[in-house]
Amino acid sequence: MSVERDVMEYDVVVVGAGPSGLSTACRLKQLAEAAGKELSVCVVEKGSEVGAHILSGAVFEPRALNELFPDWKERGAPLNVPVSGDDIYFFRSETAAFKMPHLFVPKTMHNDGNYIISLANLCRWLGQQAEGMGVEIYPGFAAQTAIIEDGVVKGITVGDMGVNREGEHKPDFTPGMELRAKYTVFAEGCRGHIGKQLIAQYALAQDADPQHYAIGIKEIWTVPESQHKPGLVVHGAGWPLDLTGTSALGGSFLYHFENNQVLVGLIVDLSYTNPHLSPFDEFQRFKHHPVIKQYLDGGTRTSYGARAICKGGFNSLPKSVFPGGMLVGCDLGTMNFAKIKGNHTAMKSGMLAAEAIAEALLAGGEGGDTLDSYPAKFKASWLHDELYRSRNFGPLLHKFGALVGGALNYIEQNWFGGKFPFTVHDLKPDHATLKLASASPKITYPKPDGKLSFDKLSSVFLSSTNHEEDQPVHLTLKDADIPIAKNLPMYDEPAQRYCPAGVYEVVDEGSGPRFQINAQNCVHCKTCDIKDPAQNINWVAPEGGGGPNYANM
Amino acid sequence: MKALVSVKRVVDYNVRIQVKSDGSGVVTDGVKHSMNPFDEIAMEEAVRLKEKGKVTEIVAVTIGGAKNEETLRTALAFGADRAIHVKEEGEVQPLTAAKAFAAVLKKEEAKLFLAGKQAIDDDANQTGQMVAALLDIAQATFASKVEIDGDKATVTREIDAGLETLEVDLPAVITTDLRLNEPRYLKLPDIMKAKKKPIEAVSFADLGVTPAAGLKTTKTVPPPARSKGIMVKTTDELVEALKSKGLL
Repeated sequence: MSVERDVMEYDVVVVGAGPSGLSTACRLKQLAEAAGKELSVCVVEKGSEVGAHILSGAVFEPRALNELFPDWKERGAPLNVPVSGDDIYFFRSETAAFKMPHLFVPKTMHNDGNYIISLANLCRWLGQQAEGMGVEIYPGFAAQTAIIEDGVVKGITVGDMGVNREGEHKPDFTPGMELRAKYTVFAEGCRGHIGKQLIAQYALAQDADPQHYAIGIKEIWTVPESQHKPGLVVHGAGWPLDLTGTSALGGSFLYHFENNQVLVGLIVDLSYTNPHLSPFDEFQRFKHHPVIKQYLDGGTRTSYGARAICKGGFNSLPKSVFPGGMLVGCDLGTMNFAKIKGNHTAMKSGMLAAEAIAEALLAGGEGGDTLDSYPAKFKASWLHDELYRSRNFGPLLHKFGALVGGALNYIEQNWFGGKFPFTVHDLKPDHATLKLASASPKITYPKPDGKLSFDKLSSVFLSSTNHEEDQPVHLTLKDADIPIAKNLPMYDEPAQRYCPAGVYEVVDEGSGPRFQINAQNCVHCKTCDIKDPAQNINWVAPEGGGGPNYANM
Repeated sequence: MKALVSVKRVVDYNVRIQVKSDGSGVVTDGVKHSMNPFDEIAMEEAVRLKEKGKVTEIVAVTIGGAKNEETLRTALAFGADRAIHVKEEGEVQPLTAAKAFAAVLKKEEAKLFLAGKQAIDDDANQTGQMVAALLDIAQATFASKVEIDGDKATVTREIDAGLETLEVDLPAVITTDLRLNEPRYLKLPDIMKAKKKPIEAVSFADLGVTPAAGLKTTKTVPPPARSKGIMVKTTDELVEALKSKGLL
């Protein structure tokens, strides 16, 4: 069905109001102002407001922010809690832990000068700065597709509103607009659904290692004041995941934030091999470890969320530019996994993209070309240097496990300055790592106690997730038969467990198993799009404004 | 005919409300806010009346701090022609709000005052009625259908026993119920245009209103947590369980 779409034209359209997209927008306006010229910049955001879909740890390194807004303090940026201490634990069992002496901590894990922040609040602040400079930000509007004409990206189409479950127009049907631009910047975050198509269409990743991912699950707790140590950062490896093996890797974090809040989370590499594994349940039982429990006991959980993370780093970086546009931030994959930080790198990539765009447009360029000056600036920047030094961290862990891989990383970071004379590659994509269910040990997870651990549904409730119910399911299956015909017998349909929001269920009402998709629970983490062994699930944007409503994640 | 629509900024209906640990109220910092959904319905109705040619100008009005400008921009994107921002950073109780709205209504000489039947934050359901009383004009609350004909409005309202139809002389206060209409999706161009529409700032003093604190909130507590349920296998077991709790 073809519909008439309104069209608006801008110099630059940015998809996604996260740290990279907003940094792009702010930098563009700064450069235009410095040149005494005007650049029109529009940012679309699928969340109901800026920050609603933002989830990050977050220990924040202010390097990029210092460059973007040297006066961020005067402008009231929400960086209020300096890191006051770094604890690193190796969890050996559900009760035992070994605290790493500070001397043996890899340099990448030192957090002096960093801040514990809410990235959602930082993004809200960045959004205010951007709007103050004249950037138009439209939350509640989801970019649905890229407009590609003659091989050139010309902008994006915003998703239609008012379409029912069957795809028919409801009385309030409102067609999505076309937002056209000289350059379109994709800043959708990890596994952006348009970024994914562009990477495929322009073969951007043909010279890169496969991207690697993890799922991060996070909760915010308010704890008794006596247990709260503002600024304390606790990182951990090992239990409930592997310490010496490589079948389930990942790490944990616990940050003492402001107002007696503790931010706690578990990051599970999506390269895990046992299809019975449930990242959500691993996280729930993790909180019972005495090291973690001592801080959470007697507290109340106030928020829950989850998001996939791009952790392939340097080796997995696709080409960042194509005709008429570019990828920035986690849509590109700029996270530094050795530091487990991606916010400063995302911001920097956005700023570099903005500098390339501004140069071209302020010199009278018409756009639509492949802006090679962006990757050139990238290569000449500290961002490239930083990611290069951390390039072996992920592959070392995948090959040797957290303990030995971690030790090798210590040697590389502290003795070689991140410059081993060789590069370790990891060529197996995360969706291909699962072993057959029949060949994998079943995992029995303890029942949640309702104090430290909880079930999935009461958790999703805390993410304030909401979608208009009568709309097409935004988790599309390329082949509707695969979940039951293949995934169920082979892998016991792992979607039931890797989804942290209970979207996927296999139900049997007497007439045989049926695959059910509870799309309205979706917290937009994208894990299904990544981990499905058949690569059969395609995440597309639901109606704008749908999804979680995170407050200060 | 001019219509005045009051719009309140409230914690968004999707947000899970959390009570502050000291019991002094609910957490509003860093929490998503949006226009009170019943006020959206009032806005939508005003726009529809304008589209039908019954209303010629729509003025949106809000009371609150600087952030309320967002709510007014939403109203302007819906189709309000201009907006009035009664600036007040402190708590505003229903009677104070009603006095301010009454003053604006008088000043604007609007014939129609449309408001949500209640706001989803305090659920007071008082302001519309108080505006009518203060100005001694007609009121039709809980509207599920509104028709304007000359100097009269015919309003169908939802009452406990069913539906009641009233005819009121204008000027009148009409408060809107859930089933009156379904607010439209805002369009990007309308949101853009809304940014350029005028907002007039006034204070309580300008309106001759003295904020009154007739109500005092002594304590806010969350509802008690639901105790764990039990699963029963048969109807007999269910009957037994109900009996043992003295419910049968």
